Amino acid sequence: MQPTSHDFKSNARTALADHQLQQALSGLPTGLVAQRAAARDRLPEFEALRDYGRDIRNHCLDHLDLYLERYEAQVTAAGGHVHWAETAEDACTAILKICESAGAKMVTKGKSMVSEEIGLNAHLQAAGLEVVETDLGEYILQIRDETPSHIIAPAIHLVQDQVENDFRRQHQQLPKDRRLEEPAELVDEARQILRQKFLSADVGITGANFLIAETGSSIIVTNEGNGDLTQSLPKLHIVIAAIDKVVPTLNDASALLRLLARSATGQEFTSYTTFSTGPRRADDPDGPEAYHVILLDNGRSELLGSEFREVLRCIRCGACMNHCPVYNAVGGHAYGWVYPGPIGAALNPALIGVKEAGALANASTFCGRCESVCPMRIPLPKLMRRWREIEFENGDTPLLTRWALRGWASVALWPSAYHRLSSLMVRALRLGAGKRGAFTWLPLASGWTAGRDLPAPQGRTFQQLWAERQKAATKKTDATETP
Amino acid sequence: MSRASILGKVRSALNATTDDTERQATVAARLRDLPRVTPPQRVAAPNTDLVACFVGELERQLATVKEVGDPSEIPPAIAEYLRAQNQPLGLRHGSDPRLADLDFSAVPNFEVKTGPALPDDSCGLSYAFAGVAETGTMALLSGPENPVTLGFLPDTHIIIVPRDRILATYEDAFSLLSKEKGAGAMPRTLNLISGPSRTADIGGRIVIGAHGPRRLLALVTAQL
Repeated sequence: MQPTSHDFKSNARTALADHQLQQALSGLPTGLVAQRAAARDRLPEFEALRDYGRDIRNHCLDHLDLYLERYEAQVTAAGGHVHWAETAEDACTAILKICESAGAKMVTKGKSMVSEEIGLNAHLQAAGLEVVETDLGEYILQIRDETPSHIIAPAIHLVQDQVENDFRRQHQQLPKDRRLEEPAELVDEARQILRQKFLSADVGITGANFLIAETGSSIIVTNEGNGDLTQSLPKLHIVIAAIDKVVPTLNDASALLRLLARSATGQEFTSYTTFSTGPRRADDPDGPEAYHVILLDNGRSELLGSEFREVLRCIRCGACMNHCPVYNAVGGHAYGWVYPGPIGAALNPALIGVKEAGALANASTFCGRCESVCPMRIPLPKLMRRWREIEFENGDTPLLTRWALRGWASVALWPSAYHRLSSLMVRALRLGAGKRGAFTWLPLASGWTAGRDLPAPQGRTFQQLWAERQKAATKKTDATETP
Repeated sequence: MSRASILGKVRSALNATTDDTERQATVAARLRDLPRVTPPQRVAAPNTDLVACFVGELERQLATVKEVGDPSEIPPAIAEYLRAQNQPLGLRHGSDPRLADLDFSAVPNFEVKTGPALPDDSCGLSYAFAGVAETGTMALLSGPENPVTLGFLPDTHIIIVPRDRILATYEDAFSLLSKEKGAGAMPRTLNLISGPSRTADIGGRIVIGAHGPRRLLALVTAQL
């Protein structure tokens, strides 16, 4: 997809003015956020498990080459095929080739963010294949010609009325006066339509939440069961996964799975966690006849050798975006590329360049909620801060910001001068604000004052207040100690 | 070519060489020892009632759970459930001998078919390999005995779980699989099922019955 991350500011402005989007996003705090907190509270060892999970992922990354080799050997031993793809284009080409050599016409897909990253649907469709997204959220987006705005709840930016309109427009073959007022009625309609697609597909493509080196299995974690129908009914099952998805053993995957659903939706476990190993066996009456795995690099190996390696620990739960005040305000599309939210701000500049996606690192208040909930303890604010520095070093920071930062830094380097100057400023602001005690307008801060007044400082700096309080406390201690 | 190039880039990112025996030994040890994290407290205590934990967790995830004493109680329990849910009296299961032994003849007009699921099947019956108490999860192995499609195409999925195969953790289930089928042996598909099909993709409200089964009944039974 064509990134628009460099336009974050204007994307965000549009998002803030979009009432339907704001209504859709308003459910996050009481939904996914509250549900995660409840699930965490039910599992006393949650925090210790996060440490364990982080260590597993670090161990995987430290030995990635060896686990990839072992994984490949196990897939092959189970009768599957592994294809290595360095770039998005290589992956798309490999998948198309597999589909064409099987004479495929129709492809069903389970949810896969990597397939969004490589632009798979467009590539297959350009070659004349019919591609059908089967995750309900993804299906809705496909008929709207939109991209996911969240990595686990792709249609979270939509309200129910929009889906009803889309279904009425798209499913013209159904009676016009049918009831579509309840979510269940919409789900039923999609179920009927997609059932036919599942049954007539030649190829099923899924992503993978994890790849297991021990057994050569790929894992998908779902609630709808669409991934299972996608991979069990057609003749061919193709898995597209990035190289960082490999974990050593089933036991390691178990530890990570305990964190994944709880962090993502607040479920103890999703309805379906499915391990696929090779094609159907000689006496199996169902399942795919062939099993292919595309192992995609697309920038991961460079990330592995960089100061951003920790971002590869991500297990794609989405907790960082659910808890991010910026994501909550503008939604995922404003981020302008596949991975939104804090993880996107930390990852996307590495995948599509700082010039394009560097702006995302600025879309953070550095409140630290993302890091505090990340099951893999990825230091997201630290990584975003580093991207800001790189953007500055590259000279991509806007001129006004550069000047302002340079001006501030030149004073901040001299603490005594800084204190004197800030105390002067504070007094000047207090005087300037007059009786009102607040500013309705300030130069260079019209963005703030357009929406609300800026309260004026009360006359002293924090340093002064602190010094006074310390002095008072010492006096008080002296007083109590006096007999 | 891509393979060598990707692995080469990974190695150079890690400052690793192909002949680093220490790294190889570390990896070999992990694959041999299969280390486990400490099990969750809810199932860790030696006197934990695993069956109660399994039932409680599975019910929280909107499945129906029924405990039956003897295998002969299974057919009437299934018939009663299907009637209560207004479902056709009939089901399909695989070649698992423990399922073939179930006698539905006492239930009038009950239709039993075998084989993998067909699009019009209303109910699939599977026999679980194991239960996992910590999250009310059932492990199912694909194959002729329990075809994988039975758990996804029909509107109703019924799973029989022998009570003495309800284990504490996922790791316990994997370890049992290795013990019974051979170290590291996996079926084509291993399903961990913890509830009926569901979605929250429309307005964030949970709807049961997205693409897979609209309802899930787990029958906890004595060993068949």
